[in-house]
Amino acid sequence: MSDKKSLTLPNAAPIAPPLAPGVPSTAGADFLTTRLDQLVQWAHANSLWPMPFGTACCAIEFMSTVSSHYDLARFGAEVVRFSPRQSDLLLVAGTVTDKMAPVLRKIYDQMPEPKWVISMGVCACTGGFYRAYHVVQGIDEIVPVDVYVAGCPPTPENLIHGVMLLQEKIKSGELARHREAKTLVPIRVGEDPAAFLPAYSTSVMAPGRPGGHELPEMKGTAEQDAPGRGGWTGGRSGGRSGGRE
Amino acid sequence: MSTTTPSPTLAFAPLLERKFGEKAAPEARPAADVPTIAVDASALHDVALFLRDDPSARFDLFLDLAAVDRLKLAGPASYRAGERFAANYLLYSTERNEHLRVRTTAPAADPKLPTLTDVWWGANWFEREAWDLMGITFEGHPNLKRLLTHNGFVGHALRKDYEAGQRWLCTEEDVLQTDLAAQTETPEDVFETLTLNFGPSHPSTHGTLRVVMRCDGETIVAAESECGYLHRCFEKMSETHTYQQVIPYTDRLNYCSPMINGSGYARAVESMLGVEIPERARAVRTVLAEFSRLMDHMVCLGANLVDIGALTNFWYAFQAREEIYSLLEACCGARLTSSYARIGGLSNDVPENFVEWCRRLVKLCHNQIREVDGLITKNRIAQKRFRDTGVVTKEQALAWGFTGPCLRASGVAYDVRKDAPYDWYDRVDFDVPIATEGDNFARYLVRMEEMRQSLRIVEQVVAKLPNGPVNSDDYRVVLPPKEMVYNEMEGLIYHFKVVFEGIPVPAGEIYSYTEGANGELGYHIVSDGTGRPYRVKVRPPCFPLFASFEKIIRGGMVSDAVATLGTLNIIAGELDR
Repeated sequence: MSDKKSLTLPNAAPIAPPLAPGVPSTAGADFLTTRLDQLVQWAHANSLWPMPFGTACCAIEFMSTVSSHYDLARFGAEVVRFSPRQSDLLLVAGTVTDKMAPVLRKIYDQMPEPKWVISMGVCACTGGFYRAYHVVQGIDEIVPVDVYVAGCPPTPENLIHGVMLLQEKIKSGELARHREAKTLVPIRVGEDPAAFLPAYSTSVMAPGRPGGHELPEMKGTAEQDAPGRGGWTGGRSGGRSGGRE
Repeated sequence: MSTTTPSPTLAFAPLLERKFGEKAAPEARPAADVPTIAVDASALHDVALFLRDDPSARFDLFLDLAAVDRLKLAGPASYRAGERFAANYLLYSTERNEHLRVRTTAPAADPKLPTLTDVWWGANWFEREAWDLMGITFEGHPNLKRLLTHNGFVGHALRKDYEAGQRWLCTEEDVLQTDLAAQTETPEDVFETLTLNFGPSHPSTHGTLRVVMRCDGETIVAAESECGYLHRCFEKMSETHTYQQVIPYTDRLNYCSPMINGSGYARAVESMLGVEIPERARAVRTVLAEFSRLMDHMVCLGANLVDIGALTNFWYAFQAREEIYSLLEACCGARLTSSYARIGGLSNDVPENFVEWCRRLVKLCHNQIREVDGLITKNRIAQKRFRDTGVVTKEQALAWGFTGPCLRASGVAYDVRKDAPYDWYDRVDFDVPIATEGDNFARYLVRMEEMRQSLRIVEQVVAKLPNGPVNSDDYRVVLPPKEMVYNEMEGLIYHFKVVFEGIPVPAGEIYSYTEGANGELGYHIVSDGTGRPYRVKVRPPCFPLFASFEKIIRGGMVSDAVATLGTLNIIAGELDR
């Protein structure tokens, strides 16, 4: 195995003398040592199979990213699969409307574990400049998101940066969250009929999601928001009027 | 005043008066707007039949239905009691190259109008949209139900008393059921059928289109197309922003060719204001609009050919796009959503090497087109997939409200750039390619030729590109230069007023139209004299195309439906707005 030295695995460090106190050196040997989960994560990170959930303008920039000029293949993520059953990276490119939201959620649920989600563009991240009656104010209302890519639409460089960030996260071992999130967020989007969307709200990042980080609350809007998002607790059987009483 | 519209001569006016008397009377309009007749709702259906069939009228193309809620319209344009809603029907006569607006009103309580779907089938989805967003009932409409919003939606979003941010809970059941999917009984003449759901997330729908098909084997016996999955409330958002702030929203209508949308919108507002823009700005708008058209056709063809199994062309097409993106980036800093047009001109001047750059791009694009042409046009597989599939006859195309390349592929030579020239189109020499077959191959060929004609236009315009400013010096509309703002009191005042109050567009109404990449892109703008538009209605060229999709594919194979969807070039952002 002459190419042994060029092969680098996370934390494997095949060349260094002792790997850790008590671990024998592998220098000069025909094998290397690593942990199984790290090997798997390394493989996952470098062969992402994206399912492009392209709805709008961002999808055009996604096409540019996979095209010959920017060539996402350099990052091992060129095997675009339009079937959720065959892919592990959900790439939400574009605005998701209330009407589309259940579809997005369904596709997310159909993807096998392990899976990751990139939210491409401000519409998918926060609703963007569509603070309107039919637009989901950030897809983290419906699915957990791993990497948010800013831009309207993001340039291909920015999307590639997002993919690279995700690779870093995968290698660092953030795998389990999605499995837990799966059953907790019901497929319901939108606001309770009784309450208006405040002009500037603190976005609740996927409420109820285990490990989901909370944004610091903005002053002045906390009161309006505190009882809000009642739809989330109502569950699927709650009906349209349920939730916020 | 830019000459966007033909002169308002109504040849049929005397006959109209004799037949309908006071119930249908021509209305005085500014010259920039299209001629208008005000019709009483009770006579609407008869007037529509007259306008379609009378030899002196012959309005064969239904373009748009713009419903306006006049609840908060103050001043002279305010509505009289019992006439809260105005419905503006936009018609076009291919024979006489004339636009016409038919305006009628409906009361506030239980607004009702007769349906015109039996006169022009193309009115079908426009009426559904007006019902969905404005709450006007169309009596006799075959399928009046929600189109753009989901079934859990309550209220009518474009009414003036509807809060822009009010969302409604939407569940899975609200979205995934269509009438066709819910049907359980099998039609008698078919032995065994299967209901196939196609979209909204499907590789060949390129976005968010959905069709539910009833298939007998691989043959489609019934279909129902549905849209609204990308309804981003463009029209409501326009009402909550100033005129200049709407421009970024227009970019996201047809995101494959944003420059056309932006300059089309700017031109509509400019003609309301009566502002002349400098020649250089017009020339640059023409050049970039043609490059945008080319980019749009490139995406359409590239993606369409991927669907029928020819992947290579996609890379050729996108290489040309990347190069054009670089030019746009040098002009305005953005690749895709350029927001380059401004009311009164452009955001800034083009780079110094613009002309050489354009010439280089023309050469490169010719190469890329030649590559695709060589691979596809005489290719046996492409021929078999494209020929005699997705056929739309001339009569059908007109009745269904087609415009743009799809109409031209069915044999009607209607192109706004020729028939009502704007910007520099009357100063350049170009041909309008048409085909007569109306099948997928005709649409492919028309687009290929249009790309070459676009390059021809670009070559001619850059050869004559004038020097000078790119913005009007009317500082009521355009921000004054910085040194003026800092050194002169007047400049500061102008700057303040434009930024804080917006552009004071005089109260009125206009329908201004542009040749978009896939058809006539119209802006119907109502102003109440403030800095924000009272109502902006877009006439999306894809809308009638996708409305009739269910009719085109009936009787064909599922795989032909995919090819047809590609050649129709439906852009969801523009379809759903």
